[in-house]
Amino acid sequence: MDILYLLVPMSALLVLGLIGLFGWALQTGQFDELDREGQRILDIDQASGRPAAEE
Amino acid sequence: MANGSIATQPVYSDWSVRWFSLAAVLWGVVGMAVGVFIAAELAWPELNLGIPWLSYGRLRPLHTNAVIFAFGGCALFASSYYVVQRTSQARLFCPPLAAFTFWGWQAVIVAAAITLPLGYTQGKEYAELEWPIDILIAVVWVAYAVVFFGTIAVRRVRHIYVANWFFGAFILAVALLHIVNSAAIPVSLTKSYSAYAGVQDAMVQWWYGHNAVGFFLTAGFLGMMYYFIPKQAERPVYSYRLSIVHFWALIFTYMWAGPHHLHYTALPDWAQSVGMLFSLVLLAPSWGGMINGIMTLSGAWQKLRDDPILKFLIVSLSFYGMSTFEGPMMSIKTVNALSHYTDWTIGHVHSGALGWVGLISMGTLYFLVPRMFGQVRMHSTRAIELHFWIATVGIVLYIAAMWIAGVMQGLMWRAVNPDGTLVYSFVESVKATFPFYVVRLLGGVLYLAGMGVMAWNVVMTATKGRYRPVPVPTLAAAA
Repeated sequence: MDILYLLVPMSALLVLGLIGLFGWALQTGQFDELDREGQRILDIDQASGRPAAEE
Repeated sequence: MANGSIATQPVYSDWSVRWFSLAAVLWGVVGMAVGVFIAAELAWPELNLGIPWLSYGRLRPLHTNAVIFAFGGCALFASSYYVVQRTSQARLFCPPLAAFTFWGWQAVIVAAAITLPLGYTQGKEYAELEWPIDILIAVVWVAYAVVFFGTIAVRRVRHIYVANWFFGAFILAVALLHIVNSAAIPVSLTKSYSAYAGVQDAMVQWWYGHNAVGFFLTAGFLGMMYYFIPKQAERPVYSYRLSIVHFWALIFTYMWAGPHHLHYTALPDWAQSVGMLFSLVLLAPSWGGMINGIMTLSGAWQKLRDDPILKFLIVSLSFYGMSTFEGPMMSIKTVNALSHYTDWTIGHVHSGALGWVGLISMGTLYFLVPRMFGQVRMHSTRAIELHFWIATVGIVLYIAAMWIAGVMQGLMWRAVNPDGTLVYSFVESVKATFPFYVVRLLGGVLYLAGMGVMAWNVVMTATKGRYRPVPVPTLAAAA
């Protein structure tokens, strides 16, 4: 199973990269205001590009 | 500046969204029609008319490539280009490159439609295309990544919406999988040999194959789910926090489910068990995501009764839940001893493909197409309702027939007489499967008919409407 010498280190690197990405997201405040972020996509009316409240 | 309007507000770049949406519908019809034809060939093999180009072995990869990469791929391109712009409140990064991904991807599809019936293949499931086409795929995919992540980079909303994380993971993972699995030594323009051999090749193939299911057919379509269900239901996702957990749990645990495709083969036993273990773990994030999506309608279930587009989106999730329960169960080695190589596997795949990937794409396209042609809704809402019901009945017929056929085949193959000889010869199990092949064909015909209704509805909507540019909201509006 020589192929594992390719696939296992690749997975390990990938997981390290993902941990790094997760750390970046955490540090830059991606997860700070989660309740508001779910709502945001509904706040803009896509047809006019204006806030939905103005309709 | 060409149109000379006073307010030169930037507009979203929707050319590629529009064309990818239309292409998805076209390739859906083509790919499903090929599927129906080969389903008929399984019931009545004479239908190949003795012509090699029409033989099952050559048309089956054409069917899988057309529905996964042409239909599903175009729907993913269209929805990701739409979602990344809207959630980032930014114009697509480098629209000419996005146009290149459109033409490049269509070239890949046409090349596949020509070379596969002619018999040019690398013989790797879901990665059949020969090396020159593989190189074109890699080039288009890199352009796709540049456009997508470029748009993320120039976003004007600090938070990256969860759908974009799923789309991003899909784009990066598919690039990695494609490049590793398609590594081959060419001997001529139309023939190459895999860089790996024997069981090593099988391991790479199913590391690719199952992760293609995980990242192409799951992560990408979950990106659709997390944007279009809240938009269509006009409610935020049930738990945004859970959607973040869903994403990280899924991508951290997905990569090693592949060996369950190689149970009871030359692959070392422990590697098979690792594959089974990771497959079982996947049940948790999958069901978390499914519940999160369906519960988005919590407190507004009546919308499901009136809105056929929501029916598509929500029922797709129930099929997602079904197939992500069935999959881990089938990966258990003792269950797999019965199910492996039977039509149960085909039933499982189609519960995911027709039910989850197909329905969520159709719901998304019904959302996108009117908006891409300056319309409020599709030409006919009743036609959407009709499409939903014939597609759903088609899926149920299809998967029920394949479940029964599969379990029957598994039981017939393992039945032994007291003296140790087999009770049934292989051809007896083929003969017993015939009625189920006919029912499956009927299910497929219904599903294809639904797609035909959709194509008519899309053409009517597109010819009636005209594209109206959508301005990118100003930052003040977003605050």
